[in-house]
Amino acid sequence: MILSWQKGGLLLGLVFLAAVLLVKPIGVSTQFVILDGIAWDAIDSQVVVESPDAKSGYASPNAYLNKSGGKYAKSVANPINYGFVFVLALMAGAAVSALLRGGVPREYRAMPAIWRSNFGDSPWKRYLAAFISGFIVLYGARLAGGCTSGHMMSGMMQTAISGYLFTAGAFLAGVPVAILLFRKEG
Amino acid sequence: MTTIVLAILIGAAFGFALDRVGATNPDYIIGMLRLSRLHLMKTIMLAIGVSSTLMFLGLVGGVIDPGHLSVKATYVGVLIGGILLGVGFAVAGYCPGTGLAGAATGRKDGWFFVLGGLIGAAAYMGSYAWVKSTGILDNLVGGKTTLGLISGTKYTALVGGIPGEWIGVAVGLIFVAAAFLLPDSIGRQSRTHEAAGKETSP
Repeated sequence: MILSWQKGGLLLGLVFLAAVLLVKPIGVSTQFVILDGIAWDAIDSQVVVESPDAKSGYASPNAYLNKSGGKYAKSVANPINYGFVFVLALMAGAAVSALLRGGVPREYRAMPAIWRSNFGDSPWKRYLAAFISGFIVLYGARLAGGCTSGHMMSGMMQTAISGYLFTAGAFLAGVPVAILLFRKEG
Repeated sequence: MTTIVLAILIGAAFGFALDRVGATNPDYIIGMLRLSRLHLMKTIMLAIGVSSTLMFLGLVGGVIDPGHLSVKATYVGVLIGGILLGVGFAVAGYCPGTGLAGAATGRKDGWFFVLGGLIGAAAYMGSYAWVKSTGILDNLVGGKTTLGLISGTKYTALVGGIPGEWIGVAVGLIFVAAAFLLPDSIGRQSRTHEAAGKETSP
């Protein structure tokens, strides 16, 4: 069952609080870069190299992996790190929750109800839209330096100006696009 | 080792919570963005309010280490990136965290979102040097800036005079109040409500 907004908000809020109490604020989108880096490094071992001169001890010819003293390069070289394991556990936690509530019904596994009522039954149309959206979302999140978790929730939790700016951008674009695109209810 | 155990515990709790609040279901996210179903917006505002209020009280009480805070820099790219994310968020009904979580719950469109995300992140990796050269990553308003000054941190404060911790408590309470004041729906009454309800009932 889906929780009421009161219980759900409390639960989600306590998870964000626990994260900053015990370790650091929650963030997700960086790990897409880390997984890309791991895959790239597996193909070309020169992508991440040990470097005693770098602050993190690792360097990369790629300017992004190499930024901030090579901290992303270090995570690529050591995948068993907090951020990466956190995201794997996130997926496991969501899977367990879904199993306990009986799983996502078959008719909703390819697309949500509101997509079907506006754009029809074709799964590949939905998959293509989801794929392109994923590209735009992660490009945007990396440009912004964080996503809904890191900027919107963790950022506004800490009264970060960047969190308010990011949220303004996301809703200023997301609300009109959703209203124009999904004319019919689900 | 401890940090890995914490990663597993907090990560799993986060994934579990995302699924239980409905955030892994694109119907809820799209319903929130088209303002027809604000369940998730109320949930998120309450979550931010609760975590913020308690975090700042924890800082005042010395229970939370200010070194654990992590404030991100402000620059024009934050707004542009937010706009890009907002567009994809609306079309797909997923963001990076809920896309991964949704995929893990068995949603195939979630896996396509994640795949597109990996390629989008790689595209950013490839274009980073050029993006940086345009100047849109240059700091604004002092870079890593919070509303008020938070002791024990080096973050710039936007407002002086009042301790940042108390501003944080006040803003947190405003979020809680806003969550209660926000209606369930703006304008139309949603049938999404029924569809999503059907899906989640046993």
